[in-house]
Amino acid sequence: MMILLKKTNIDFIAKRYIFFAISAIVIAAGLVSMAAKGLNLGLDFTGGTLLQVAFTNPVTTAQVREAVSKAGLEASIQSFSGRNAYQVKVKGSQEKVNEIADKMLASFTANIPGNAFTEEKRDYVGPVVGRDLAKKALFAIILSFFGIIVYVAFRFSNPVWGAAGVLAIFHDVLVTMGAMSLTNREIDLVIVAALLTIAGYSINDTIVIFDRMRENLRNFPKMPLGELANTSVNETLSRTIITNLTVLVVVAIMFVFGGDVINNFAFAMLVGSISGTYSTIAIATPLVYQWEKKGK
Amino acid sequence: MNKLHWKIGTVLGLLILSFWLLYPTAEWYTKTNDERAKTEAMRLRPKRILNLGLDLRGGTHLLLELDVEKLDKKEKLNDAMARAIEIIRNRVDQYGVGETPISRQGDRWISVDLPGVSNTEEAENLIGKTALLEFRLVDTSNEAQAVLSKVDGMNEPPFGKNGVLVPEVAKMMPKGTILCKAAAGAEGERARFYVLYDTVPVTGAYLESARVETDQQFGTPNIGFTFNKDGGRLFDQFTGANVGKYLAIVLDGVVHSAPVIKTRISGGSGVIEGQFTMEEARNLAIVLRAGALPAPVNIIEKRVVGPGLGEDSIKKGLTAAGIGFILVVAFMLVYYRGGGFVADIALALNFVFLIAAMSYFGATLTLPGIAGMILSLAMAIDANVLILERMREELALGKPVAMVIPVAFDKAWSAILDSNVTTWIAAIFLFQFGSGPVKGFAVTLTIGLLVGMFTSVFVTKVIYEFWLTSNPKELSI
Repeated sequence: MMILLKKTNIDFIAKRYIFFAISAIVIAAGLVSMAAKGLNLGLDFTGGTLLQVAFTNPVTTAQVREAVSKAGLEASIQSFSGRNAYQVKVKGSQEKVNEIADKMLASFTANIPGNAFTEEKRDYVGPVVGRDLAKKALFAIILSFFGIIVYVAFRFSNPVWGAAGVLAIFHDVLVTMGAMSLTNREIDLVIVAALLTIAGYSINDTIVIFDRMRENLRNFPKMPLGELANTSVNETLSRTIITNLTVLVVVAIMFVFGGDVINNFAFAMLVGSISGTYSTIAIATPLVYQWEKKGK
Repeated sequence: MNKLHWKIGTVLGLLILSFWLLYPTAEWYTKTNDERAKTEAMRLRPKRILNLGLDLRGGTHLLLELDVEKLDKKEKLNDAMARAIEIIRNRVDQYGVGETPISRQGDRWISVDLPGVSNTEEAENLIGKTALLEFRLVDTSNEAQAVLSKVDGMNEPPFGKNGVLVPEVAKMMPKGTILCKAAAGAEGERARFYVLYDTVPVTGAYLESARVETDQQFGTPNIGFTFNKDGGRLFDQFTGANVGKYLAIVLDGVVHSAPVIKTRISGGSGVIEGQFTMEEARNLAIVLRAGALPAPVNIIEKRVVGPGLGEDSIKKGLTAAGIGFILVVAFMLVYYRGGGFVADIALALNFVFLIAAMSYFGATLTLPGIAGMILSLAMAIDANVLILERMREELALGKPVAMVIPVAFDKAWSAILDSNVTTWIAAIFLFQFGSGPVKGFAVTLTIGLLVGMFTSVFVTKVIYEFWLTSNPKELSI
């Protein structure tokens, strides 16, 4: 039998303040970054125009920037490694479709002469759409969190467990968003899907440990809560590691080889799945202990 | 036949069913692009196949907003939206770009996905075109004549910014009338205008058909139209009450012709005469046939993904996911051996069932949908890991194989059930209240979790039970 992890006996509960502190620091770093730089929100949320153009001959970012500013536009410009392709984004409310994009194309023709280009992508998001999408997504997510708390409270006959699980989700989402802000990656609706995946995975992970705690609680009703929590985490540790390792491998491969389009998505998943594993062991379970102890 | 046989039969039956459901999808995607286009043009596209979202296949996504303020007060919003969607569907269909999902989003938004092509300006124009066809009476009073001669004498257009009449003309307009431009005449001809009553007795909403007809006398193309029963009656009354007056045929606020009403027009058909080219007449007939939109629509979101980009993202993403999948399968085999093999079978079946189910529902696969799929597959693997780890635990206690397996399944069940149901609850909420990508994620996740529970618990248990009938002494995990 191949064994990755021998029977462990780590006292996770005793180290809970260290875990809380680490999480607090990581989340704080993310929050500071979000406050200072803000989130790099995609057109989905801000509205605006995006144009992606591939040139036949090499062009510098400076040339593209100049052409854009000559068109009288303020834009963020992103280049693609290995190709002469540029993505130009003009954020903010624009009432008319195609107006800005056509202006930019005209400016490229005029200001980068003798260099043919093809338009690869053109997006336009009107001012109201972005806000509505965000609002709806948020509403759906809050409702689903509520549903999770109710179900977990019902199945584990204790609302504290559900709340701890949901807090672990918040933890993972915050860590991921902080990482997105720190690395200046853009948040669009695909990232929202990644955050949902992370949340789903995080709660799945947490429930498995809670299930073991529920079972041990039934078998050893006299065992002190701290010991019970530790035993449960240790007993399920090899499963936690194996499952998360498989997911991590898949996500890491997608991050490295998946290409430009899903790179941000894979990055969010990578950070989120690491955070999810950590929060299950180091946040959700200790939180239950912390709250239950206070209640007594 | 005992219970186990029934179970094996169920699994095999489902597998055969899945392949049967997958066949149309497999057949469709092995066709060449040309063949697909031909089939689509003949409206023979199979319904129950897995569709690819625009982010994966390239195309144009449009989000249109119905201008509710310009809606007839008597018309309910829901009816108007349903009609607008139907009309847009007709128009896109006539343009012939193949399978085009058109759906209502929120209160007054309509999402249109034009797949395949990225240069869809023409289709876009066709959709966005208000094509508001109205029949209005021409005001021929002296005041109206005065307005027209005033406008004729002006050196600038009577409409200022945003199409508002300039004040000097506006104050001359007779009460209850509007000023409309006439369609462009011969080149070099000065723009002409009409003063029309602002009541609209009949609109194009009552049109049943429109076609190009050739003028008997001059051979120029005209557009003949027929009203439906209600429209025919209204038109009949209206023309009957206004014999001798001029009837303006107004399309999108532009007067195309204003013939005199010679007699009451019964039977509900008429002709629009204008100076159309054949091409213009044909397009106009399409627009009319598709019907008038209940109110104008504005494009509030437009996304174009070049087909190359879509293909590129598919290829790279699929390769990466494939490598990841193979690694996971290999890891399970190496780490859990026989148990891993069973888990791998379950994983493969999971994949087949999931795609088959999605094909059956005619679901559309998008990037967020793939994210939902990854999550459901990961949770299915997790369920297997939970079961296998339990087996190891029970085996370590020295229990015989025949006991280890049912006990392990039994003990792992509550964790698998609760974690799946919890995620499933979240998915249901996201499906119900989310939109766009959130919904796409929720759909695959919801189906994926159900399939995953089935394969990772039921199917693997059947395999072990079958294996147990050979009375094995050792469990290879």
